[in-house]
Amino acid sequence: MTSPEHRAAPEAASDIVVAAEDVHFAIGGRRIFSGLTLRARRGRITAVMGPSGTGKTTLLRLITAQAYPDSGRLTVWGRDVTTLRSREVFAMRTRMGMLFQNGALLTDIDVFENVAFPLREHTSLPEPLIRDIVLTKLHAVGLRGAARLMPAELSGGMARRVALARAIVMDPELLIYDEPFVGLDPIALGVILRLIQKMNEALGLTSIVVSHDVHELETIADDSYLISEGRVVASGTPQELGAGGSPIVQQFMSGSPDGPVPFHYPAPDYAAELLDGAAAPGEGP
Amino acid sequence: MSTEGSPIVREGPILRALQHIGATFLFALQLLAQCGPALARPGLIVRQIYNAGARSLIIIMLSGISTGAVLGLQGDNLLQRFGSENYLGIAAAFGLLKELGPVLTALLFAGRAGTALTSEIGMMRATDQLTAMEMMAVDPLRYVAAPRFLGGLIAMPLLTAVFNAVGLYGAQLIGVEEMGVDRGAFWSEMQSSIALADVRESIVKSLVFGFVASLIAVYEGYYSDGTAEGVGLATTRTVVASSVLTLLLDYVLSAVFL
Ligand SMILES: Nc1ncnc2c1ncn2[C@@H]1O[C@H](COP(=O)(O)OP(=O)(O)OP(=O)(O)O)[C@@H](O)[C@H]1O
Ligand SMILES: [Mg+2]
Repeated sequence: MTSPEHRAAPEAASDIVVAAEDVHFAIGGRRIFSGLTLRARRGRITAVMGPSGTGKTTLLRLITAQAYPDSGRLTVWGRDVTTLRSREVFAMRTRMGMLFQNGALLTDIDVFENVAFPLREHTSLPEPLIRDIVLTKLHAVGLRGAARLMPAELSGGMARRVALARAIVMDPELLIYDEPFVGLDPIALGVILRLIQKMNEALGLTSIVVSHDVHELETIADDSYLISEGRVVASGTPQELGAGGSPIVQQFMSGSPDGPVPFHYPAPDYAAELLDGAAAPGEGP
Repeated sequence: MSTEGSPIVREGPILRALQHIGATFLFALQLLAQCGPALARPGLIVRQIYNAGARSLIIIMLSGISTGAVLGLQGDNLLQRFGSENYLGIAAAFGLLKELGPVLTALLFAGRAGTALTSEIGMMRATDQLTAMEMMAVDPLRYVAAPRFLGGLIAMPLLTAVFNAVGLYGAQLIGVEEMGVDRGAFWSEMQSSIALADVRESIVKSLVFGFVASLIAVYEGYYSDGTAEGVGLATTRTVVASSVLTLLLDYVLSAVFL
């Protein structure tokens, strides 16, 4: 197992697509990141793992400039995201594809139009070409036959595959996956795993995959990071992580509720709260 | 909101209302800036005119005809007391064009089209569709909000015109066919007394109400928090705010036009 300051072999700066240095971020008064440092290298698959609620989705929001770090430095393709104007943010996003945790397909247009949407917005390709591209991408995720279904008619796993087809339709340089494996049957999961791998090899894509599915990531990731309590607690190749003796890694890999990673959302002492339950009602809905 | 906020600025209802108005105003500016680019996609706007307009047509016609019928009934009753039933046409047209048409259409519009807009956009927020658009470098203000706003803005005067026409037919149906007012008098008195200014008032009012109702509906949906409860609350706020504002503005506009 390696320390959070783990560095891969010497590399050119241009090979770093995403670099977070000592990033701090809080939302709604809750500290999400306190000194997060990680990097994603060009052409590699970087896995970000961590227990639910540690801020994996939040990290993706920072990388895509939907939110900005409070302090620290976050660069994407060498540019500090906090310095980008909105036009530059849009330009940056056209080079990215993002797969949302729940698919986020546009519900008022069908599957075909969903996948065609970025093409129609950003290119003026002739209709037959758009058709060919869209069908190719849908074929890659095995849903060419579903082209004329509406999103409401898809299962959760199908919606995610359509969203993947949409994410790759503009041939992005960086693909970001938020929990791509949740709710997929073993066949679809295998297909998506191979697809992620194939796209990286064939197209030289950079991928960032967020998941708590340690064992799936193990097979495809080049680098992986384990986040807990606002910082990277372990990093390295998945094998290094797996072999590591650190209690945190062991707990996460084996899925035990007891260990350094708290299973509970931060809360006052249980016994104390039970005893004076009448005096201290919990906040929130 | 938490109770441990700043001690000076306590969030009273007035402050919150002011914040809301300010935010809506800023949103309106951003939205209007995107309306120009949105015009490049007439297809999207036409679809929204259909959604806001055509789908409200039935309730607008039903309400129009019953409103007109009531006008015929009560107007005839009142005018008979002065022996001037022949002015029923004027009275009905006056009431419909200047007040009942724009106001009732706006109230129905808020309940039918406004709520649909808010909940639709609210659901798009809740299911990350708006964020997904931003991630595809497409501005949801331009693609989602502006066409819906423009669709509502265009649909309102059309719906008001339908309401007025159907209402007049209803007044004529009761007044002339049932109560025996002279058909010729009904129409000719109306034509000679209703001025272009009255029609203009009807159109201006319906445009203003359409602007307000569509703006509120789109705003509430766009900034609803992405939960089922949040969308429900936003929908309620749409109806309440548009209805109250319609009635307030109606007084202001009537005073301006007189
Ligand atoms: N808008 C918000 N306001 C307040 N807190 C938020 C907000 N969004 C997220 N959080 C908090 O940030 C933390 C991280 O959320 P995030 O969605 O990034 O977790 P995650 O690692 O993606 O979890 P999961 O694996 O369940 O998807 C959570 O504890 C959540 O309560
Ligand atoms: Mg998440």
